[in-house]
Amino acid sequence: MSTVQYETVIGLEVHVELHTKSKIFCGCSTEFGAPPNTHTCPVCLGHPGVLPVLNRQAVEYAIKAAMALNCQIADISHFDRKNYFYPDSPKAYQISQAARPIGEHGWIDIEVGGKTKRIGITRLHLEEDAGKLTHTGAFGSLVDFNRVGTPLVEIVSEPEISSPEEARAYLEKMRAIMQYCEVSDVKMEEGSLRCDANISIRPQGQKEFGIRAELKNMNSFRGVQRGLEYEEIRQAEILDEGGVVVQETRRWDEAKGQTFSMRGKEEAHDYRYFPDPDLVSVEIGADWKERIRASIPELPDARRARYSADYGLPAYDAQVITSSKPLADLFEESLKHTDDAKSVSNWIMGELLGHLNTSGLELGAVPITGQSLGELVGLIGKGTVSSKIAKTVFKEMLQSGKRPQQIVEEQGLVQISDEGAIKAIVTEVVAANPQSVEDYRAGKDKAIGFLVGQVMKQSKGKANPGLVNKLLTELLKG
Amino acid sequence: MTLFDLGLREIHNRLHAGELSVTELVKDSLQKVGERDEKVKAFLTVDEEGALASAAKLDEKLAAGEERGLLFGLPAGIKDNIVTEGLRTTCASQFLRNFDPVYDATVVKKLRAADSVTIGKLNMDEFAMGGSNENSSFYPVRNPWNPDRVPGGSSGGSAAAVAAGEVYFTLGSDTGGSIRQPASYCGVVGLKPTYGLVSRFGLVAFASSLDQIGPVTRTVEDSAYVLQAIAGHDDRDSTSANVDVPDYVSALTGDIKGLRIAVPKEYMGEGVDPQVKESVMAAIRQLESLGATWEEVSLPHTEYALAAYYLLSSSEASSNLARFDGVRYGVRADNPDNLLDLYLKSRSEGFGDEVKRRIMLGTYALSSGYYDAYYLKAQKVRTLIKQDFDRVFEKFDVIVGPTAPTTAFAIGSQTDDPLTMYLNDILTIPVSLAGVPAISIPCGFADDMPVGLQIIGKPFDEQTVLRVSHAFEQSTDHHKRRPQI
Amino acid sequence: MKITVEQVEHVAKLARLNVQDDEKEMFAEQLSAILQYAEKLNELDTDNVEPTTHVLPLHSVMREDNVRESLPIERVLQNAPEDEDGQFRVPAVLE
Repeated sequence: MSTVQYETVIGLEVHVELHTKSKIFCGCSTEFGAPPNTHTCPVCLGHPGVLPVLNRQAVEYAIKAAMALNCQIADISHFDRKNYFYPDSPKAYQISQAARPIGEHGWIDIEVGGKTKRIGITRLHLEEDAGKLTHTGAFGSLVDFNRVGTPLVEIVSEPEISSPEEARAYLEKMRAIMQYCEVSDVKMEEGSLRCDANISIRPQGQKEFGIRAELKNMNSFRGVQRGLEYEEIRQAEILDEGGVVVQETRRWDEAKGQTFSMRGKEEAHDYRYFPDPDLVSVEIGADWKERIRASIPELPDARRARYSADYGLPAYDAQVITSSKPLADLFEESLKHTDDAKSVSNWIMGELLGHLNTSGLELGAVPITGQSLGELVGLIGKGTVSSKIAKTVFKEMLQSGKRPQQIVEEQGLVQISDEGAIKAIVTEVVAANPQSVEDYRAGKDKAIGFLVGQVMKQSKGKANPGLVNKLLTELLKG
Repeated sequence: MTLFDLGLREIHNRLHAGELSVTELVKDSLQKVGERDEKVKAFLTVDEEGALASAAKLDEKLAAGEERGLLFGLPAGIKDNIVTEGLRTTCASQFLRNFDPVYDATVVKKLRAADSVTIGKLNMDEFAMGGSNENSSFYPVRNPWNPDRVPGGSSGGSAAAVAAGEVYFTLGSDTGGSIRQPASYCGVVGLKPTYGLVSRFGLVAFASSLDQIGPVTRTVEDSAYVLQAIAGHDDRDSTSANVDVPDYVSALTGDIKGLRIAVPKEYMGEGVDPQVKESVMAAIRQLESLGATWEEVSLPHTEYALAAYYLLSSSEASSNLARFDGVRYGVRADNPDNLLDLYLKSRSEGFGDEVKRRIMLGTYALSSGYYDAYYLKAQKVRTLIKQDFDRVFEKFDVIVGPTAPTTAFAIGSQTDDPLTMYLNDILTIPVSLAGVPAISIPCGFADDMPVGLQIIGKPFDEQTVLRVSHAFEQSTDHHKRRPQI
Repeated sequence: MKITVEQVEHVAKLARLNVQDDEKEMFAEQLSAILQYAEKLNELDTDNVEPTTHVLPLHSVMREDNVRESLPIERVLQNAPEDEDGQFRVPAVLE
């Protein structure tokens, strides 16, 4: 066990695909999942003689994203060529931005352990995505250029992230902001959100950074956290044994739960950046900036604060719900149909997220709307259904997408709140279970639970539990 | 004698009168190519079938009395670094020896719209790198005036094919003089338009910030016609200027009274052959006799242009030519051991020495630690060179001087030393760096080899360049002399 | 600036060019000569000079976000040295 206390220094490089209709420098579609190479043309295939023409929407999205990350926006931005050979890069250079990125000096706030921390953003720049290589064993690789030219923003953080947990929170916040701005689908599983990390550790109190490793291939939020946790320990063990961390790129293997050196697979890079002579600079004037700034919607932090202030949601609830725009939108839509914000929040955080977690589905893939959820909460509030029955209704809503009222009616799930009707069942149950009655009267309070259960069973769960309790108690004590 | 000697107007008159058909015109061109190109070697690919098919279509159009394009029926050759859909485009490189483009360059589309007929693709220095055509990886072009001399380069095929009367006009590309210098060596008219006037879409890039496509023709009037057809904004080229294209043909008034000519002393220096200087001085006096005035001026940064040019153009080329990697098209080496081997072998087998040399120079100039000293420095020097021109154009309408320091040199005489070879471009390169338009027109002969006069204009003032050229041409007979092949 | 054979090797590797042993010396000499010639530029004071990337005063040239038709797959692969299942084949990248 280590005697030295280390602190961790992490910087993240996040790539976000912008969801323009066409590619950044040609008119090919950016749609995901098309058959290989069917979304390509001479321009994105890098044929001889072709020239790039910049997609205005890509620039606007990049500016919007940079503004949402509190960056200063360049007045004049330009594109540089990043030269390197790789089969997924058709021109053997990537059109990127080096000297004059769209945005610089931004920040975002993250919440970890109930505390807010500000993480600096060094820069955000616009570039083109590469193609996709499929390795087919020792005999070769296949190249699909559909993804080439999809607009990307690369967002580089300051090395101010101090733990894998913070890294995850940073990435989740990044996703939420991009989602709120509606500039990207931000789906890690489809690669529209990707993350590389630089991580080093140093003895606590040391000023100089330790030697860092660059971590790649972390394909999920969990993977980012796990990969960094693994790397923290690996580096600490090296230092504890008096070793030296090697500066290198390492690959996270999700299945093995380990990182592996990519040494030997890479050479020292010299990208030979220079301004792309096929493109001209982009002037971002005050008017354009203003117009884009005005189009930025309320961002997660603002919504979170509003949910706490306006609806009295606990901080934790507000954070979970605002971490995803569709979730937050669902929440607000629900509140058009009920006033009980806390109940809506409970349903979202409990049943809904539970279902999404276990099924692995996205919110968009289940037919729950704000209206139906709001109505369900309304039905509970009015006593039309019990909370328990509501769960059955909710399950049916997840399956069929029907409105709760309709489900309740079709399946006869309306709660029985008629005292006479319940009293009849209660009387019957008491008569049929003399032993339990005796137990209760002998002071075994627990026995009433059994009797309530019997009443609920007889009423097929529809009896109002409050009334059942009240009537049973009256009868037994009477 | 070819039908081309009739000139554009007479050809069009006869076509209109039904005395001549496009098919006859095209057959005449194909026949001349067949007879003369054995010696000249200007063509890399001849598209007989395609040309005759186009001719037949145009003849139908003629018969139907449909509207005819500006270059109706004229047989054309296209430099082989301009892509033509379905017609092999090689850049005279082994790397692309079987390359079959899937799209047409914008200028090719424009030529089709103007109803010219593409006869084939023209030889050049590999990837336009060179000034003698000796860097063609297939075979060198011969100068029609003397088969032991080079035709110049890199558009040597474009100039030689016109000089030899194989086609009516050609398209070339000019990066540092590649249209003007061969036009000078071959005694024809070669125009490099203002950077941005003609779309580069479909021109295989050598140095993107310098490359321009332009016409090579027998006469200035033809040059004006071809430019009219190919100039104009293209939304597929971000560096294409959004300017109105004026009427170039109507600018050829013959009137240059009051024209102010600048003659840079640096262009008449000691490196320039005395006979060339003499021809150029005679031309200047001729312009004077037509009512122009001239004065000696200085373009003080001229001597730095060559160094700046080689750094900039090679840097851009090193990146532009990186796409030739053997993955999607072009040559792929047999049985590579691995990916790196595939790149190394394919590129080394595919590229010639001059191309390799420039790629290495450019790679070095851009590499970490040298960028500021070489690339950035060269870009700043480029600014100074451009300012030289701006300053002179405040007071003068055109700048006049020789196109090249000498006439065409002997094949093989300069191949040992790249630097000596580069010096042939010393008078065209500053113009390319400044991005201004310039033309080379025949202005005399030295030892029976043509001498070219370079006339340089203000940005987008091709009209004045053409007007001056035309006035000179019409008052002299140099352009009427033909080589014996 | 004198270019060494080692530098020629380094630059050739960066540019993915094979240079034969007997050519290295030649390229080293020729590149040295060109770069030596380029030293000339250092005679000029360019401290206060802006670099020229483009001679034209063009900026902000952009297109609208409209989808255009892509190439049919057979045209995409028309010049491919090696292809398989609609993709370009290359030697194994991971070894």
